[in-house]
Amino acid sequence: MSFLTYFINGLSLGSIYAIIALGYTMVYGIAKMLNFAHGDFIMVGCYIIFSVSRALSGNSIVAIIISIVLCTILGITTEFVAYRPLRGAASPLAVLITAIGVSYLLENIALLIFGADVKSFTSVIKWEGLTFADGQLRIQGVTIVTIVVSIVILITLQLFINKTKQGQAMLAVAEDRGAATLMGINVNKTIMLTFAIGSALAAVAGALLCSAYPSLSPYTGAMPGIKAFVAAVLGGIGSIPGAMIGGLVLGIVEILSKTYISSQLSDAIVFGILVLVLLIKPTGILGKQVQVKV
Amino acid sequence: METLLEIKDLSVYYGVIQALKGISFHVNKGEVVALIGANGAGKTTTLHTLSGLIQADKGSITYKGQELTKLAGNKIVSLGMAQVPEGRRVFAQMTVLQNLKMGAYTRKDKAELEETLKTVYKRFPRLEERKNQLAGTLSGGEQQMLAMGRALMSHPEIILMDEPSMGLSPIFVNEIFSIIEDVNKDGVTVLLVEQNAKKALSIANRAYVLETGSIVKEGDAKELMNDESIKKAYLGE
Repeated sequence: MSFLTYFINGLSLGSIYAIIALGYTMVYGIAKMLNFAHGDFIMVGCYIIFSVSRALSGNSIVAIIISIVLCTILGITTEFVAYRPLRGAASPLAVLITAIGVSYLLENIALLIFGADVKSFTSVIKWEGLTFADGQLRIQGVTIVTIVVSIVILITLQLFINKTKQGQAMLAVAEDRGAATLMGINVNKTIMLTFAIGSALAAVAGALLCSAYPSLSPYTGAMPGIKAFVAAVLGGIGSIPGAMIGGLVLGIVEILSKTYISSQLSDAIVFGILVLVLLIKPTGILGKQVQVKV
Repeated sequence: METLLEIKDLSVYYGVIQALKGISFHVNKGEVVALIGANGAGKTTTLHTLSGLIQADKGSITYKGQELTKLAGNKIVSLGMAQVPEGRRVFAQMTVLQNLKMGAYTRKDKAELEETLKTVYKRFPRLEERKNQLAGTLSGGEQQMLAMGRALMSHPEIILMDEPSMGLSPIFVNEIFSIIEDVNKDGVTVLLVEQNAKKALSIANRAYVLETGSIVKEGDAKELMNDESIKKAYLGE
């Protein structure tokens, strides 16, 4: 029974990684850049929820909505101010380094405003959860909500991309910006929309992450950000179902190795798996090797 | 004859290298105009500048009386100018049908769109047979058809074709060129860029010869075909 509990916890942590990884992978697939500040958007989202729910004496729904809106604005602004001017720069490293700069900037702004001490975050999910088999199997509310939310997000995103014009435009921009422009697609607007979606997802991930692990500091987003990046690469960067699978695998492996092997070694095992998968399949689990006919 | 597209003194630089050295030419409504020349002559640069993928440094592009050089690339297709780019550039991860719908991205009227789709399928029956197949799995010739069908989905007045024969077997080349002629007969003006000068001149009304960024010769396509210097340099006779 305890294995099942750990497995479900892993599934839940994996779902959070997956939501973050979706943002990473969409931005990478469409804007062709790694937004290393993505993890810090999560932290910003958490501080917004923290502050707003304190000001509104615990109204977490409003706090989450405000957090999503502000994170979306943050994402769009970052793209416009920091990344767009570097699009078409001679080296793709320029925008990568800028993203790392944005990451430090956000962390230090948080440090200035909120200080370095760890704040205790009040879970936005008040539900106790479910108990099965006479109390032997207990699943926390936040665990269930996290898994359900991630499934809803995945389905919504897939529908958006495959069924709407904007979603199709994203796929077109991801493949070939020039050809997309010839179709009449505004590439800049499409990339901006991608950042908006990615950042909104970061806010959602933040709310879930801090509810499951209720401590908040300026560096809260850094490690989950890196793990989610690993998840995206593991699943096949650029692929939306890949991000989901990568996130889940990562979360489950992390929790199970923490439980059964060693909590110190768990990160090493996680990254070891990444190395293994990339050795066997360099494009990731669902990554496609694109064959372009000339 | 009504001038549809007029290019005047167009210059484009890549850094310090001048790719187009002030070229001027025009395309009349209903014509097939060929732009021929060797590798690196500036043919693709010309088409990319017309479609707004590259900014012109000097000169003007006037399409139906409207200046295009300051217009964003994504605004141009809805004015009635579509391009079939070099190397097809179909969206390999999308299906044939999704590719065709992308071609009609700027069009709003669903009923009209269905109508255009029918005419495109009629012209390219193979695309209808493979409408749910990923574009990346098509053969080179089929991808060329898809690229043409995709451009036609925008219901263009003029279509810019960049090397439609590139990498195709001789049978497909003949098929593609006869389709270009058909499209033109249906009232679409064609600006055709080709290295296969013989083929291009055989279906064009007029032609311009581009050499290292300048137009060195222009005239009636049939006359150019019999021009000694053209024969020697481009027709391999």
